[in-house]
Amino acid sequence: MNTTKITNANITNTSQLTDTESSANNAFLNISQVDMVFPTATGGFTALKGVDLKIDQGEFISLIGHSGCGKSTVLNIVAGLYQATKGGILLNNKEVNEPGPERAVVFQNHSLLPWLTCYQNVELAVKQIFSKTMSKGEMKEWIEYNLKLVHMDHAMLKRPDEISGGMKQRIGIARALAMQPEVLLMDEPFGALDALTRAHMQDSLMEIQNELNNTVIMITHDVDEAVLLSDRIVMMTNGPEATIGEILEVNLARPRSRLSLAKDVEYNRLRAEVLTFLYEKQRKVENISNKTVAPQAFAKKRVNEK
Amino acid sequence: MSSTTVKIASLTISEQVLKIVKSSLNKITNALLLPVIGISIFIFFWSITAQSIHTSLGDFPGPNAVVKQFSSLYQEHKMERAKAEAFYQRQEKRNVAKLVKNPDYVAKIRAYTGKETFLDQIVTSLITVTCGFLAAAFIAIPLGIWMGLNKRLNLAMNPIVQIFKPVSPLAWLPLVTMVVSALYVSDDPMVSKSFLTSMLTVTLCSLWPMVINTSMGVSAINSDLINVSKVLCLGTLTHIQKIVLPASVPMIFTGMRLSFGVAWMVLIAAEMLAQNPGLGKFVWDEFQNGSSDSLARIMAAVVVIGFIGFLLDRAMLALQQKVSWDKSSVNA
Repeated sequence: MNTTKITNANITNTSQLTDTESSANNAFLNISQVDMVFPTATGGFTALKGVDLKIDQGEFISLIGHSGCGKSTVLNIVAGLYQATKGGILLNNKEVNEPGPERAVVFQNHSLLPWLTCYQNVELAVKQIFSKTMSKGEMKEWIEYNLKLVHMDHAMLKRPDEISGGMKQRIGIARALAMQPEVLLMDEPFGALDALTRAHMQDSLMEIQNELNNTVIMITHDVDEAVLLSDRIVMMTNGPEATIGEILEVNLARPRSRLSLAKDVEYNRLRAEVLTFLYEKQRKVENISNKTVAPQAFAKKRVNEK
Repeated sequence: MSSTTVKIASLTISEQVLKIVKSSLNKITNALLLPVIGISIFIFFWSITAQSIHTSLGDFPGPNAVVKQFSSLYQEHKMERAKAEAFYQRQEKRNVAKLVKNPDYVAKIRAYTGKETFLDQIVTSLITVTCGFLAAAFIAIPLGIWMGLNKRLNLAMNPIVQIFKPVSPLAWLPLVTMVVSALYVSDDPMVSKSFLTSMLTVTLCSLWPMVINTSMGVSAINSDLINVSKVLCLGTLTHIQKIVLPASVPMIFTGMRLSFGVAWMVLIAAEMLAQNPGLGKFVWDEFQNGSSDSLARIMAAVVVIGFIGFLLDRAMLALQQKVSWDKSSVNA
């Protein structure tokens, strides 16, 4: 009982705050004309050029694009781990230039501390952020509530190396959620998981999102995942000088179910649209169909075997 | 038909039993038999070669002579202890007698000042090496962490570490001796100068592996974990305490084990020259003594030094296994 009270109170708190502030400038998170130039030995490498995106509160955004197109760079700039060379990030009209717990990150490789139990991993985050505002008992309830949210309360006392990859990622998500971020940043959160576990995790994420209605930016390579989860899909062009190519609104009713969506016309249209962008408009220049020629010795050997 | 199947079944069962017996036999062979064979062969060749080496102090000691010296060293230790006991009893008796004569007499108790036995010397060596090692760890681990966190400091310090690392304790010792006798001047010294000299030499030589390993461990922390710390906005101290230290514990302990090995090796040389009453002094004194037993006694010391070094390493390994979260990083 107590735990739900805490969360509800906190959620209304943040939304009130943003309501009053965002009314002045109507974007909750504003990625404004961001350029990113990495210094290299041969001069600057322009990874991003003029990335511009306004995100509303409670919106679920997917960033999709080919590898190396700078999706992670965008996420890292929003997280404050990188500094944009030009332009910048405004969250609630405040400039972002360093990492902070209000922009929690779920990393691709879960990055749990291997020497701590699952509970302690979440606790580290909770203690750092709430030790001044919560009592010990409240913190304990809050940690347990978040672990329950990702269905991991049964393995609280296990260490990361004792649980599966999907479970680790659940803990990673619980840790990020427990920070009660204003924006949740996810860097290919399910990229390292097998297809079945991934589907399961997507369902869990939708369930959590249904309950908490967080603002989320998620990087993904998976077209189905993007369409299934997002409110908008941001498709990025290939680098260098990558930027936003197209933005696709996903107006599918929630809660969504992957089974009924499979036959949905709108779902398939959106899917096709993303695929067209990725494989027609932004096709990677590498020629995949080129046949690889076997070395001479092997070619001869095969003939001999015959 | 049925009899053949029974036969086959019994055959497979007996085969399985044979397999189990074989594998357990293999284990016993690997763990016990082979080392025993190795040691036996070594002892055999040792005793043969020892007989044919004639020195001015008699034949080179074979295994028999060394074993004999072990028991005589132990006998000497017991005799010395008995002497000390007798000394204190006599003193007590005398004091009591004096008190009877003169009730105002304040009894003085004088410490026994007989020579250290072999066992005392082992204890002295262990204390010296531990103090030297701990002093080194006290400097090296914080320094290593700092170097691991700060790339510039690492670049600045690296040449110094690389240059001092290969320096022999024998080169440091004269300098340390002179510095200690110049700076450590006290009417009532807590520890002897020879102890301090040996200890500091051990510290100087065992510092470097720990510095190198710690700084390497800290600078090699997974960048994802660093990012976690950044996102949480952990303060420097919390960052070190919660992320850096636990993450680099395996490497720190590898460095500590290496350092302890170095420290024990260095100690013997340092004690020899500094005349700290430990195993090094024992070896040196026996060498100077030059009796017919001397070489056998030195050989006994060699065996003891090796054995203690081995035990220290095992102890560090056990500690490392206990402290380390990454059990796969701990190798014997």
